[in-house]
Amino acid sequence: MRDITLGQFVAGNSFVHKLDPRTKILIMILYIVMTFLVKRIYFFVIPFVYLLAELFLSKISVKYIGRSLKPVRFLLIFMFLLNLFFSRSETETVLWDLGFWKLTLEAIVQSCFLAIRIILLVAGASMLTLTTSPIALTDGIERILTPLKLLHFPAHELAMMMTIALRFIPTLMDESEKIKNAQMARGADFESGNIIRRVKSMIPILIPLFVSSFRKADELATAMESRCYHGGEGRTRMHQLHFTRSDLLAIAATLAIVGILVVLLVVFK
Amino acid sequence: MSIVIHHLTFAYTEGGKRLAPTLKDLDFTIEEGEFLGIIGHTGSGKSTFVQHLNGLLTAEKNMVLVDGHDVFEKAERRKVRELVGMVFQYPEYQLFADTVKEDIAFGPRNMKLPEDEIESRVANAMRLVGLDYDRFADRSPFELSGGERRRAAIAGVLSMHPKYLVLDEPMAGLDPIGRTEILDLLETLRRDSGCTIIMISHSMDDIASHATKVLVLDHGEVSMYDRPQVVFSHVETLERFGLSVPSITKLCFEMNARGVQIPTSICTEEAFFTWLNEVKRNA
Repeated sequence: MRDITLGQFVAGNSFVHKLDPRTKILIMILYIVMTFLVKRIYFFVIPFVYLLAELFLSKISVKYIGRSLKPVRFLLIFMFLLNLFFSRSETETVLWDLGFWKLTLEAIVQSCFLAIRIILLVAGASMLTLTTSPIALTDGIERILTPLKLLHFPAHELAMMMTIALRFIPTLMDESEKIKNAQMARGADFESGNIIRRVKSMIPILIPLFVSSFRKADELATAMESRCYHGGEGRTRMHQLHFTRSDLLAIAATLAIVGILVVLLVVFK
Repeated sequence: MSIVIHHLTFAYTEGGKRLAPTLKDLDFTIEEGEFLGIIGHTGSGKSTFVQHLNGLLTAEKNMVLVDGHDVFEKAERRKVRELVGMVFQYPEYQLFADTVKEDIAFGPRNMKLPEDEIESRVANAMRLVGLDYDRFADRSPFELSGGERRRAAIAGVLSMHPKYLVLDEPMAGLDPIGRTEILDLLETLRRDSGCTIIMISHSMDDIASHATKVLVLDHGEVSMYDRPQVVFSHVETLERFGLSVPSITKLCFEMNARGVQIPTSICTEEAFFTWLNEVKRNA
């Protein structure tokens, strides 16, 4: 259980690391738009090069990207096969005819197209979490959502909830391990029996875990209130977020690349 | 019968990598009927060690044998967990059932005992920890006070009738009366049912006045394993490990430093008064 790491942040001091979290969220959105604008497989070169550039600037090792792709590998294979079997197009170049099913060049291209899109999306999104600490990320989200406060959207509260939730994940993991041990010492068996018995055997872990989360939440609330926390109203922050010249540069460059892509798409229709 | 620890070395793994060993070559025997006190500063491996006694953690074959049952063998583990009861730190956090009665019955039920046997064990365990059956049996464990909850949780382990009872700081967070009650309970258990007690504690006074043997762990190694009188006479060694000695021993040590001839093997009030009377008689 200890091996599970959530928030895959890799600390660093690179150009990308130092960007404002708001900038990074924005350029990630632009990047996603880019991958969805691509309609022909060879145009993926542009988001791909963009990703490589970001990777290079962030000095993050490629193996982290590989690691973030690992959880989606089954989805990837599944999507790929599904498209290979079921995609249809107007012109079909049959490569292999089995009678009930034809392998077509178009289906292969289509499958690769979707696979590349998913890989690029996941890799790009993980660039954000790899270079931004969870705290900075929630800070950024809070600031981005701040305008919605006019519509009584609880931006600060939402960000605080996210921060607290992230902070408590390791604590709860630890706690569940302890409770599991205690129940195992009393002869509880979590490993045998059919699915219903196994689910039922989780009750002695889940109830104490819930009870302790409620207790912890209560204690935390008291601790926060005793330090005069009363929500976002008038609250100043220790780390002020500032847009710098690099942020401007990053956004301008990303916008320019989106522009180039749009132009190319129009020209090579 | 006894618990034999045979060259036990253990290292946690993290992300598939073996970390530096937490326990290094522990090698001793815990005899039946003892009251073993385990002391050591934070991170010395106390909690890791006791989890080997009922196979929650295992190192290798033949390293820990409980009455001849190897905790490493999966087939033996059920038996081992019946023999060795384990009370963790803050055991009240493990309570989960609707009623106190049902929670205490969890262990015996896992042992697949007949219903009337479970019934009588629950009543017996509640009597032992001093929870009145009629008053508490059908209440929700979450309605009880802190001390009552702790006792209900301990009853949940006692109902399995362990031959060896391991407790990891059972008195943490209790008031003085609660502490005495737990210690008295342990003494009663040892006297009446011959239960072997293995207790981790930071209170040297409690260890000195109850333990028949003391195990000192330092950085995962056994630095001392002897009677409390012997262990606590090594005041300077213990202090070097970041441990203290019982207040009485400290007093004797200070008196010695100021020129009063007094044996430093005194670690209980009783022994101190015996010595004092002796001195008075001789004077």
